[in-house]
Amino acid sequence: MAESAATSDAQPVIQVKGLHKHYRMGAETIRALNGVDCTIRENEYVAVMGPSGSGKSTLMNIIGCLDQPSAGEYWLSGENVSTLGDGALARVRNRRIGFVFQTFNLLPRANALHNVEVPLLYGGIGRRGRRIRAREALERVGLGDRMDHRPNELSGGQRQRVAVARALVNEPSILLADEPTGNLDSRTGQDIMDLFGTLHQAGQTIILVTHEPEVARRAGRHVHLMDGVVTEDYLTQEPDA
Amino acid sequence: MSIVETVRVALASILANLLRSSLTMLGIIIGVAAVITMVALGTGAQRAVDAQIAQLGTRVLSVMAGQSFRRGVASANRVSLTVDDYEALVRDAPLLTEVVPELSGGRQIKFGNKNLFHDVVGTTPNFPGVHAVDVRAGTMFTAGDLATRRRVVVLGSEIPQNLEMAPESLIGRTVAINRVPFEIIGVFEEVGERFGPEPDDRLFIPLTTAELRVFGQDRLRGLSAQVVDGVSLEMGMVDIERVLRREHKIRPGEDNDFMILNRRQFMEMAQASTEIFAYLLASIAGVSLLVGGIGIMNIMLVSVTERTREIGVRKALGATRFNILMQFVVEALTIGVLGGVLGIALGGGAAWALTELVNWNVFISVDAILLAVLFSVGVGLFFGIWPARRAAQLDPIEALRHD
Ligand SMILES: Nc1ncnc2c1ncn2[C@@H]1O[C@H](COP(=O)(O)OP(=O)(O)OP(=O)(O)O)[C@@H](O)[C@H]1O
Ligand SMILES: [Mg+2]
Repeated sequence: MAESAATSDAQPVIQVKGLHKHYRMGAETIRALNGVDCTIRENEYVAVMGPSGSGKSTLMNIIGCLDQPSAGEYWLSGENVSTLGDGALARVRNRRIGFVFQTFNLLPRANALHNVEVPLLYGGIGRRGRRIRAREALERVGLGDRMDHRPNELSGGQRQRVAVARALVNEPSILLADEPTGNLDSRTGQDIMDLFGTLHQAGQTIILVTHEPEVARRAGRHVHLMDGVVTEDYLTQEPDA
Repeated sequence: MSIVETVRVALASILANLLRSSLTMLGIIIGVAAVITMVALGTGAQRAVDAQIAQLGTRVLSVMAGQSFRRGVASANRVSLTVDDYEALVRDAPLLTEVVPELSGGRQIKFGNKNLFHDVVGTTPNFPGVHAVDVRAGTMFTAGDLATRRRVVVLGSEIPQNLEMAPESLIGRTVAINRVPFEIIGVFEEVGERFGPEPDDRLFIPLTTAELRVFGQDRLRGLSAQVVDGVSLEMGMVDIERVLRREHKIRPGEDNDFMILNRRQFMEMAQASTEIFAYLLASIAGVSLLVGGIGIMNIMLVSVTERTREIGVRKALGATRFNILMQFVVEALTIGVLGGVLGIALGGGAAWALTELVNWNVFISVDAILLAVLFSVGVGLFFGIWPARRAAQLDPIEALRHD
């Protein structure tokens, strides 16, 4: 069984209890999550690992308030998420959570700068402030010279970096990243991971999904999923290498 | 998010999807413009006929020389309407207020060195009144001119044009009809095409002068009769029939050798057919409207996948349902209003061009504009907003997975 790793005295930010996510496919029921319990505290750096189809993305989507669990509870900073209305959920997604999708999910008809501005737009930041902060975020991921390119004019790695810039631009308290380096060469992958490391040192809570041991090694805690349940959950020897 | 930001996002989205936006707008433009033009044409035609009916009055019957039949065989050489018949109707038909004879035929017209060939009509001074023709310059000839068989002529409106003369300057000049000199005493106003006699390309002279000096015979091409107020046209027809049958000595059981035309019947037929014409145009317009609407629907539904993903992205990044809805409402309203305005401009322009360039009768009806705009813009709004509303209800991840 999974052993609990969270023993620090920091505030729990994320608490999931008995989380289930079922998909009905005709007569069959797919149990993408089958009773996940997990507590994540402030400023933790967690790597979620596991084979393909084990439910990593499903878990991340629920934590990111993009999806609803079929059963179980999700407490975010002591608030039961399932009781939140549309407006409160939108605020959570906007202010608290930065999400890097496995498939980027950029707006195809907007250029990099405008894509990165979107969270600021819904956060009520004025036009000039948006422009400045979006530029900064893009420069941070090394895309200062690609701001007016549309996603289809960017490479896969560049798109992913736009997605990272967009996730970071509103300074969320939790950064969720589903295979953020999956499409990057090792060099840019490392740059992104260095960026995550810096953010973590500055107090950022980070949860990322990865298949790469190189990437996982930087996280202070590993959570292994298999067939929708947590099989291992432990603190690593060298957090924040 | 402020309304200004929402409008900005919506406008940016319209510009980012220029092809889709303009195709949607095109659907609206075509629908609105088609309805406006078609209905304007149909209504215009109906109004033109109604106006003629009002102008001409519906109290007038026409009598035409026909053929006489003896035991079912037409006999060609029989005089069927003469000046005597005209006089008999004036004398003996109490239900007729006015009788207007027309003794006419094509004749050579000479004015200066110009030679023309026109229909010359011998008639009586009541012609303009009964046929609703105004005298533009000079005067109509009088009963006195008729009694003295004066050689005076009143011209239809086209004659001065053909002579390249101003109508006013022709008064008092001399024109030769069959080498007989006539003094021009009047010119008629233009009447245009209509049911009944078209006086524009004809010359009018006193009946007596025509009979004795120009045609040398008394056979009428036809005559018109105005029925006394309060008496039905049918009663008037019976009156004419009674007098003419007596004059022509037609025995009971034999057919008339003349025809009485009730112009109102023609008018009503014309009215009915312009009504059909108007309905036809309206249904073409309706089809255009429908096709435009289906076009709009198609474009909107085809773009639902892309737009659902967009909604998923926006919601994942912090947009509320209301933010999404407002963006799509503003987008659809902008496209709808712009399309509607352009459609009205195009339809109005086409209607205007038809009047100015082709000289058709059009009448732009406000009802048609309202109907077309409401329908097209309504379709645009509905299919612009409804799928977006549905997508905005989804969890972001479902919207993002949409395909
Ligand atoms: N919308 C869906 N409908 C039906 N089944 C789904 C749906 N989404 C996910 N699943 C199923 O749930 C299971 C978990 O999927 P998930 O995407 O969470 O896997 P993952 O661990 O992220 O895999 P990978 O490493 O390949 O990204 C899979 O078996 C998948 O087929
Ligand atoms: Mg995944």
